[in-house]
Parts: sequence; C-alpha cells; structure tokens
Amino acid sequence: MQGEPQATVESLNRGLPSAEVRPVSARRQVINLGDRIFYFITRSLGLSVIALALLLVWNLFNGAWESIRQFGLGFLIGTTWDPVTRVFSTLPTIIGTLVKGFIALTLAIPISIGSAIFISFYIPKWLRPILSYPIELLAGIPSIIFGMWALFAMVPVIRVIQIWLKANFGWFFLFDGPAVYGVGVLSGSVILAIMITPIITAISKEILLTVPREQIEGMLALGATKWEAIWQVALPYSRIGLFGAVILGLGRAIGETMAVTMVGGNSFAMIHSLFDPVHSMASQIASEFTEATYSLYTSSLIYVGLVLFAITIFISLLAQLLIWRLSKGKLAILD
Amino acid sequence: MKYKGSLLGVAGLTLFMGATLATAGCPTKGIKELTGAGATFPYPLYSKMFNEYDKTCQVKVNYQSIGSGGGIQQLKEQTVDFGASDGIMDEKQRTEAKGGTVLHIPTVAGAEAVVFNLPGIKRSQLKLTPDVLADIYLKKISNWNDKRIQSLNPGVKLPDLTIAVVHRSDGSGTTFIFTNYLAKVSPAWKDKVGFATSVNWPGDVGGKGNEGVANSVKQIPGAIGYVELAYAKQNNIDWAQIRNKAGKYLDPTLEGAAAAADIASLPDNMEVVITDSPNPAAYPISGFTWLLAYENQADAAKGDAIAQLFWWMTHEGQQYAMPLEYAPLKGAAIKKTEALIKKIKANGAVALK
Amino acid sequence: MNRHYRYRKFVEWANWVGMLCCISITVFFLVAILGYVIINGASSINWDFLTALPVPAGESGGGIANALVGSLLIVIVASVMALPIGIGAAVFINEFPSHGAGRSIRFLAEVLTGVPSIVVGLFAYSMVVKPWGGFSAFAGSVSYAFIMVPIILISAHEALRLVPDSLREASLALGVPKWRTIVGVVLPVSSRALITGVVLATSRALGEAAPMMFTAFGNSFWNLNMAKPMATVPLLIYTYATGPYEDWHRKAWAASFVLLMVVLVTSVLTRAFLRGKSNE
Repeated sequence: MQGEPQATVESLNRGLPSAEVRPVSARRQVINLGDRIFYFITRSLGLSVIALALLLVWNLFNGAWESIRQFGLGFLIGTTWDPVTRVFSTLPTIIGTLVKGFIALTLAIPISIGSAIFISFYIPKWLRPILSYPIELLAGIPSIIFGMWALFAMVPVIRVIQIWLKANFGWFFLFDGPAVYGVGVLSGSVILAIMITPIITAISKEILLTVPREQIEGMLALGATKWEAIWQVALPYSRIGLFGAVILGLGRAIGETMAVTMVGGNSFAMIHSLFDPVHSMASQIASEFTEATYSLYTSSLIYVGLVLFAITIFISLLAQLLIWRLSKGKLAILD
Repeated sequence: MKYKGSLLGVAGLTLFMGATLATAGCPTKGIKELTGAGATFPYPLYSKMFNEYDKTCQVKVNYQSIGSGGGIQQLKEQTVDFGASDGIMDEKQRTEAKGGTVLHIPTVAGAEAVVFNLPGIKRSQLKLTPDVLADIYLKKISNWNDKRIQSLNPGVKLPDLTIAVVHRSDGSGTTFIFTNYLAKVSPAWKDKVGFATSVNWPGDVGGKGNEGVANSVKQIPGAIGYVELAYAKQNNIDWAQIRNKAGKYLDPTLEGAAAAADIASLPDNMEVVITDSPNPAAYPISGFTWLLAYENQADAAKGDAIAQLFWWMTHEGQQYAMPLEYAPLKGAAIKKTEALIKKIKANGAVALK
Repeated sequence: MNRHYRYRKFVEWANWVGMLCCISITVFFLVAILGYVIINGASSINWDFLTALPVPAGESGGGIANALVGSLLIVIVASVMALPIGIGAAVFINEFPSHGAGRSIRFLAEVLTGVPSIVVGLFAYSMVVKPWGGFSAFAGSVSYAFIMVPIILISAHEALRLVPDSLREASLALGVPKWRTIVGVVLPVSSRALITGVVLATSRALGEAAPMMFTAFGNSFWNLNMAKPMATVPLLIYTYATGPYEDWHRKAWAASFVLLMVVLVTSVLTRAFLRGKSNE
C-alpha cells in the first residue's frame, strides 16, 4: 500500500522527458499529525464515494427485484413493452440509447476538442473569457429548454434535411425511413451532441491551457508550425485529461432524459434507419415512472435503470481499456 | 351548526347563507396547510382554486402535478394529504394503500380533441367514426384517402398522404381516457392493445406530454393525434368531429363533456369512465378527474380540513372551471359527489358537518 | 524541401480552418439557443417577475420569487455536501495514489455521471423522503449533491493531475508538510480548473427538474424551511413549458433566462474572488 515510488511513473505517463524526480517515501509523507489527519479525511471522503455508489446499486436492485424475478435476463433481449398485458423487455431502448449516444459523441468530440484547441491556442488571451463564459452558460441550460428549442427550432430544419437525404440517397438503409417525422434518431442525436459539447469544450480548454508553455515554445523554436506543436506536444500531454472530459460528456449523453424525450420520437420499436423514432432508456424511465400504476411496472422501470447502470459500467471499462492501450500498457487513471 | 336548534324563522337566513356560503367550506379545526399531489390535467384549475381558497379561508393548499400515478403512489405512502388522478385505482393499489379505503371524488370533466394536420382541411371539416378512428390507431388504415375515411367525408378532398399516428410517450390520464374509449368501441383494440395510462402502441411517433403531441401534429403533414381540449384550442390545431353513441357528430366542447357526465347510470362511488356516454349531447371522448382521499381519516382536524376543501372545490370552486376550459359537474354528478364527500370520517364520525 | 515545407504550411492552414469551423459551429448553436431564450424570455422579465409568487393560470403577472430562493437554498446546501466529497476524493486519488482504492473511486465516479437524474431522484426519495415521511428541500439537496459529486470529482482530479510534480517537490523539499503542500500549493494552482468543474456541476444541478419531483416536491407558497417542500426554478419551468397557455410558455423562457443569469453571475463572482488568491 504505502512506500511505492509514484512520481516517476507519473512523469512517464505524460510522455515527457523524465525529470530528476526522486521517489518520496510514503512513510515520510504521513509522518506528522497534520498529514495523518488530512490523509484520514480525504480517504474517508474518497471511500464515501464508493459507499454511495454501492448504496445506489443496492437501491436499484431492491426496486427492480420483482421485475428481475419475473423476467430474468430475457428482459434484455425481448422487444415487447406492454403495460396492459404486463410484459416488459428492453432491447429496443438499449439499442436506441447506444445508437443515439454513439452518434452524439461522434458529432460532439471533434467539434468540442477543436473548439477547445481554438480557444486555447489560436486566440489572444483577452478573447478567451469572452468565448468561455457563454460556453459554460450553455452547459447550464436546463434540459427542458434544450428540448423545447430543439422541438420548435431544430426539428423543422432536420426534417428538411431528412427529406432531402431520403429523396437523393434513399437507397442507403440509414436514410430509408420516415423522413417526414422530423423527430427520431437523428434529431435525438444532434440535440445530445449540442448538449454535451459545452461540457467537453470547457474541461478540455482548461486541460489544454495547463500544457506548459515551454514545451510548445520549444517546438516552435525548433521550427514547427503551430499545428505541429499542438498535435505533437499539447495533445499527447493532455490526452488523458481530454479523455476525462469526453467521459463527462458521455455520461450526460447516456443519462440525458428530457431533451431527448422531446425530439427522439419515443417509439418502442427496433430502429432501421436514422429517421426512425425511438426511445432511450433514460427517457423511458422519466416518461413512464410518474404514471406507473402497479408495482411490476415500477419495478420494470427500475430494472431498466439497473440495465442502464450496467451498460455505463461496461462502457467505462471499455474506455479504460482504450486508455490502457493508448498509454502503452500503463493504467492511466492514476498516472 | 350554530343554527341547529332554531328551525323556524331562520329558514330565510339559512337560505341566504346557503346562497352565499362565503365561509362554508373552510376548515373548522385549525388546519392551515394541506399537501396534495397528482394529475397534471386539472393542474391549471386546481392552482387557481387553491389560490382563491387561500384568499377565502387563509389555508395554503400545496398541490404539485407529478402525474396521476405519482399522486396515487404518494397517497398510498401517506406522504401527502390527498391525491388527484385521471384514472381509477385498481385492486392491487387499493390493497397497498396504507390508510385503508380510498374514495374517488370527481371535480370536473374534460374533453379530448382528435387533432390532425391535413393541407386545406380545417377544424371540424373532418368527420370520423369510432371504428375508423380505432383502425387508424391500429394501423389498419394507413392512408388518408382510404375509402372508409372518404365515405364519411363526401364533400372533402382527402389527399394521398400516409397517416402519421401520434400518441403519448409518457404515461398519462389522457391516454387512459383515449384508450378506454377505443377499447369500448373496438373489440379489436380491446383485444390487441387494451387501455391504461400507457400502452403498447401499434405505431408511430410518441410525443412528450400534450405539448409534445400537439407540436408533433402541427409539424408533421398527415399526422393525427389526441390532446386535451385546452391544448388544441391554445395551439390552434384542427380537430375532427367524432360520432357519438347516439349517432351525432360532435366537436370537442365543454358542454359535450358535461353532458357525458350527466347520465342516470352513475355509480355511487363515481368510479366510472364516461367515455362513449349514452347521453345524446355527449362528446364521446370525455373523462372525469378525481380527488383521492382516505375514507377513514386518522386525524380529526385533517379529516375536517380535507372534507371542507373537497366540498368547496365541488361547489364554490366550480365557477373557475369553464373559463379555464374545464366542464363543471352538473345534475346527478353533483348529488352523488356530495354523498361521497359526506362519507369521509374521522374517528368514526362524519368529518363534514 | 520546399515542397515539404509547403505541405506543412498547407496542413497548418487546413487545421486552422478546421478549428475555426469547430468554434463557429459551437458559437452558432450558442447564439441560436441563448438568443432564442433571450428573445422569448427577456420581455417577460421585470422586477415583479423576480419578486412575486407564481399566480394561477389565466391571471397576469406573477413571478418566480419562491422558486428562485428555493433553488439557491437547495443548491447551496447541496454544494456544502458535494464540494468536500468531490474535491476531497479527487485529492485523495491524486495525492495518495498508493492506496489502491483510488482507481475504483475514479471509475465509479465516471459510471455515476451517467445515472439519469430521475434515478437519482428516486434514490433520494427512498433514502430520505420515505423514512422522513414527507417531502423536503433537504432531500432535494441530497439528490443534487449526488449529481454534482461525480462531475466535481472528475474535473478536480483532472485539474490536480496536471499540476506539475516539480511544484510539489519544491514545497516538500522546503520542509512543508504534505497536507500543507496540497492545500497551499496544489489546490490554488489548479483552482481555475477546479472552479470550472464546480460551476459546471452547479449549473447542471440547477437545471434538473426530474429529481425535484420526488424530493423537494415544489411549493406554490413561500417556504424557507429545509424540512418541508420547496419550490425550485427547473420544476416551475417544466410545469410552465408543458402547459397549454402561451403565457406560461413565455414565463418558462423568462425563468430559464433568469437561471442562466444566476449561473453567469456565480461563475464571474467566484472567479473574481479567486483571482486575488491564486498565483496565475
């Protein structure tokens, strides 16, 4: 537990030329009373996070138990959601959630990181707050407002785009759907992308701004172009932090309910194209919970929540695997 | 109470009192706050009523519209004093209710408009029969120029347009009433889908809330949907005339909804869905909204306050209904409602004096 | 050589254009949405709006005063709970990495960011409201804190991670105890990024309506008692936005505008306050 050298590992992970870091013995770290108390406090706070997560899982299991007992794992692969005949299953919404989240991320990541790079490196210092504050503001807009704006302003535009796509490229399966609805997978994904961009941009900007200026200036002095300096120094240096920003965006994308409910189309059927309406798990729970009139119904909705939780864990694990490979074998959560 | 003994000579005064009833309906045992939760449909009306109630009786009733299911749930758990619902509690919910028997007390009725989006065809120019409506929602009729729809509308040129069926994605009393109606008029619907606050729809698009359905119908050419009358009016959407049980084609109106409620066959417990009402003037897609409270109140003061509040809401409060697009209770409905409120007891004695 | 140089120049230019496109898209949506909110909402804002209680449908005037105060109270209490946990845990993960739990804590925080707010609300309902026997503003704070902690934790962790070790080493070499190094050097240096994380978390919480339905419940009247139901702005926005009246819709936009202004003011104030303290 204590006494391992950490500082060297940290430097290696950043890909920097290793400094002359001396490993600090852990024992010496905790030797005085102040340190001991501090360690105790932060450790308790850290462990409380674990406790909270476990409490949540227990809570979910408790609430979902009736449905788990009734449907078991078939819940995950069935395609019927019928509150009248009391048959519940969740495959279409799993797919809906994943597809919308994936498309949203694909759209948002390049735009957010590109924007963050622009703010951090391509504009004069005084201009930064002028751009940053409104972007943070965007992150704070209530999701229902996003949803309303999307329904009133965005969906009609998407509808026009969809009709054009179907007319010209309708043979492609992604565009072979009810274009005239306007609401559907595409609308849901786009509004999600718009919603997560501010978060990813804001955090990425902070991370990019902490790249030591000397590194970049060093590259420039060697004759690199600005872009080369960014690509070869700033991005690798902040790679892990940027990933953290993306994770925050991903969390919002998967858990977002209100906005995606208003423009996602909310149909409980397997999707075949970008224009099909579909539910996401979070929007289904939020839509039906307040009116779920019997316990198997509420239990099934909580089961959906549990499945969502499991999927998030799975995706996070995948993300960790990705970082691990990127950092060439060093588990990078802890530097 | 004060005039209990003096029957003579006070008859005139009692009549006068009965006419104004300025302070009747206020809690008499000192309760100053009540909490209620439930249906969103009557929320605008209830918020108006409770605002006035506060002015009249200095009692603050905090009502939040978390949905009929939420209202039932909180009443079961006894975290609120009363609930409100557009749907009737089922067996299991009643047995789970911690405080015993629950009374359903109706306050107002509402009408649901069947709205559509067709170029060139305006409000009330489209006529639909129950079976055609059901088959549209069952996806058996998929185009607007289908023979069955055209034959109902000889003077109107229906376009060759796919019907986009819009329903509610969230559970709701509005859905309950609409699907209840379809189940009554279409054995196929009853068999395949059934009625509830949320069902397994055969198709198309789900909108969130009445707002979502209204907006989707407004935006999608060829769409059809169902919304509470207030939303159809406020959003200027076109609605169809539906043929009622007596054979007349009617627009959704408050008068139609009130007529649907004014029937002889109302049960004593008022737990009836008034869709497809036999009254000739009735609009077929109408429904009550109820207040829910325990028949046996544990606390005498609370029981008194609740009974008084309900009495006020179903009498003085009714004047606020029509301006806000709700149909007040009439005739037989009022009588049965009064009897129900009088059933609320606290410690064995009738709460309402 | 020349050709290669021109190629590099071209790449440079192309990427500059690319970044410009990205920021333009972001700014475009920024302007579109903020503009929409302002255009639709600003007209309904007046002093009355900010200080009056909500009025029922059909009546003119009325405001969001109780909801505004309620939201602020609930968020402040939530922050008191969430900030120590979020930042404390981040400090623990980054400054004491030898303890194996750090990895799990960070992992769990990432998973928790994906929990839908309604699930958090239900969690707070069963943990606080049910045992208490009634709705309370405090339960609302608990649900907000649950939403805020993962966001604060992850952004704080990233912020701390990027503080160069040389600073820590220098401080330790001077004989400063580890805890004072963290509190006196590491935290201030990373404060700007920390604040960004806190602002993001708070503004996210302020905008969530779903958890409030099951915790703080809402209140049409004034209430400052944390043990009772309290009105909040997002719930009011939700009720107004989903109602049938045009008047209500305008109020929803106006309330959103007010919420945004609150976020902006908090963000500017906290940064101004810290500018004096951190060594930028």
